[in-house]
Amino acid sequence: MSEEQNMAKMRAALVEQVRPPRPNGIATSLTFAWRALLKIKYVPEQLLDVTFFPVMFTLMFTYLFGGALAGSTSEYLQFLIPGILVQTVIFTTVYTGVSLNDDVSKGTFDRFRSLPIWSPSPLVGALIADAVRYTIASIIVIVLGLILGFRPTGSILEIVASIVLVLIFAFSLSWIFTVIGLILQTSKAVMGISMTFLFPVTFASNIFVDPATMPGWLRAAVNANPVSMLTTAIRGLMGGRAAVAEIIWVLIASAVLILIFSPATMYLYRNKR
Amino acid sequence: MNNDLDAHNQPLAIKATGLVKRFGKHRAVDGIDLAIPQGTVYGFLGPNGAGKTTTMKMLATLLKPDEGSAQIMGHDLLKEPDAVRTCVSLTGQFASVDEDLNGIENLILIARLMGYPSRSAKKRAAELLDAFGLQDAAKRQVKKYSGGMRRRLDIAASMIVRPDLLFLDEPTTGLDPRSRNQIWDIVRALVTTGTTVLLTTQYLDEADQLADRIAVIDHGKIIAEGTSGELKASVGSGVLHVRLLDPSTRAQAQQLLSDALKTKVRLSSDSATLSAQLTGTKAASKALAALDANQIDVSEFSLGQPSLDEVFLTLTGKPAENETQKEGAKS
Ligand SMILES: Nc1ncnc2c1ncn2[C@@H]1O[C@H](COP(=O)(O)OP(=O)(O)O)[C@@H](O)[C@H]1O
Ligand SMILES: [Mg+2]
Repeated sequence: MSEEQNMAKMRAALVEQVRPPRPNGIATSLTFAWRALLKIKYVPEQLLDVTFFPVMFTLMFTYLFGGALAGSTSEYLQFLIPGILVQTVIFTTVYTGVSLNDDVSKGTFDRFRSLPIWSPSPLVGALIADAVRYTIASIIVIVLGLILGFRPTGSILEIVASIVLVLIFAFSLSWIFTVIGLILQTSKAVMGISMTFLFPVTFASNIFVDPATMPGWLRAAVNANPVSMLTTAIRGLMGGRAAVAEIIWVLIASAVLILIFSPATMYLYRNKR
Repeated sequence: MNNDLDAHNQPLAIKATGLVKRFGKHRAVDGIDLAIPQGTVYGFLGPNGAGKTTTMKMLATLLKPDEGSAQIMGHDLLKEPDAVRTCVSLTGQFASVDEDLNGIENLILIARLMGYPSRSAKKRAAELLDAFGLQDAAKRQVKKYSGGMRRRLDIAASMIVRPDLLFLDEPTTGLDPRSRNQIWDIVRALVTTGTTVLLTTQYLDEADQLADRIAVIDHGKIIAEGTSGELKASVGSGVLHVRLLDPSTRAQAQQLLSDALKTKVRLSSDSATLSAQLTGTKAASKALAALDANQIDVSEFSLGQPSLDEVFLTLTGKPAENETQKEGAKS
């Protein structure tokens, strides 16, 4: 093709377009969610992490310690699976910060921020896609549990409600990681710091053991840990006897997290250099 | 939108006054004024660390200026950032496309964000890929693109809805000459459609090829402004490089050349070459004749455009220092 033809083609593609009407915030957020989900197709490792850890933890704790901790492995499974559900989804939230940091450091977000769109939509879209990942993770944990012998006594509705509660908490928690993702320089650092924070928070909880045997001061700390409250709430729902007080506390903790960390995220996001 | 502004008799794409951006104590942008007419290509020329990207980010609403104000296509940068975003596009210094996705997905993403319904987004994406010579790579992950392809895709993403004003930050840095020419063609095609382009570059040659007017930026300030002709005139019309057959004749050659050209003749690190700034090309033949008359044999000579280094040397009296070199020297 000749130079002139090329030039003419280029010009034709550039001139005379009807500008489409500006999309609303929901539409642009969903578009960003579509992008994040597309990435699962190209980077399936994202899902591998989500599946690998719960499987490993469940097997390890059930068969290594289950007998000692709860008398029998099958009894321990009833106790552990709701906790593993909580832990898995909480660990999955770290990727929210990691992928945000990647986008920022690669300049992708500079383009997004220069577009005439509702400015939180890249973040909201990423969080919507995360909700999909959390749901996948939840389903994997529950199916794995069922295979190994987990038998929830709660109704389907209560089990769905427990997943929803985990998702609400995870969504609220992920705002902490968006803040970390926007402050730190590299995604490695984001991963490191986030894990350093999450390991004590999830292990100093009632996910793996009943805190009844812990020394008094530790028991008080463990019981006050929102992760413990969430785990108790989930155990209650899955066991068919909803722990209303814990559910309320989890919702309050979620609201507090959102109130503090989502404005902080938006501030950092708007003022990122 | 352009027409609106013309009606107001204000055909400027960018009008900026006293823009300042500080990072800590460091004034990355230190009082920049701009008046860029619509429909033109304007070049920011300067070394690494001069403040080009920072200025551009402020004008594209990505960074808040610490001082100063600007009107972009008639909209106030600080008071109507959203209106500004509606008429500008930014192609950043570091490719802002998503490496994990393929070419067409990247363009569909932006088209959807601009409000195209699903089907027309696909159509528009395909049309632009075709126009930018990327149709064969539509389904290839951007990770596997060459630098030039990535750049073209990045620019295509900025053209989904043709902006009134396009910011192009170092569009050809690191590209091979062929890719560079392709980008230049895109910019030229773009200008014929009425878009104003603000581009940054470290190469005088590029600014010369593309820009109607150039601002030379150093340490956050505009140190010279004008057409490329005006800038070149201010540093002389070019540079004469001479390579001698016999290095021992260099001292004599330096004397002869400086007499003939009436300027300072610099010795290069290579022991057989010298260079001098010219005020006109006629002087060059006179100078070479003087060498010949004194039996000094020249193995090679060339007349070059002044390089960015020479522009700097003339404008500031010191060589252009590179941020990274400076930092390297400190540590
Ligand atoms: N986010 C930032 N934080 C601190 N300093 C910065 C930041 N961005 C740029 N700078 C500094 O500001 C100066 C100008 O940078 P920049 O605008 O990127 O220059 P150019 O684009 O001309 O190479 C440099 O000294 C650079 O180190
Ligand atoms: Mg730059």
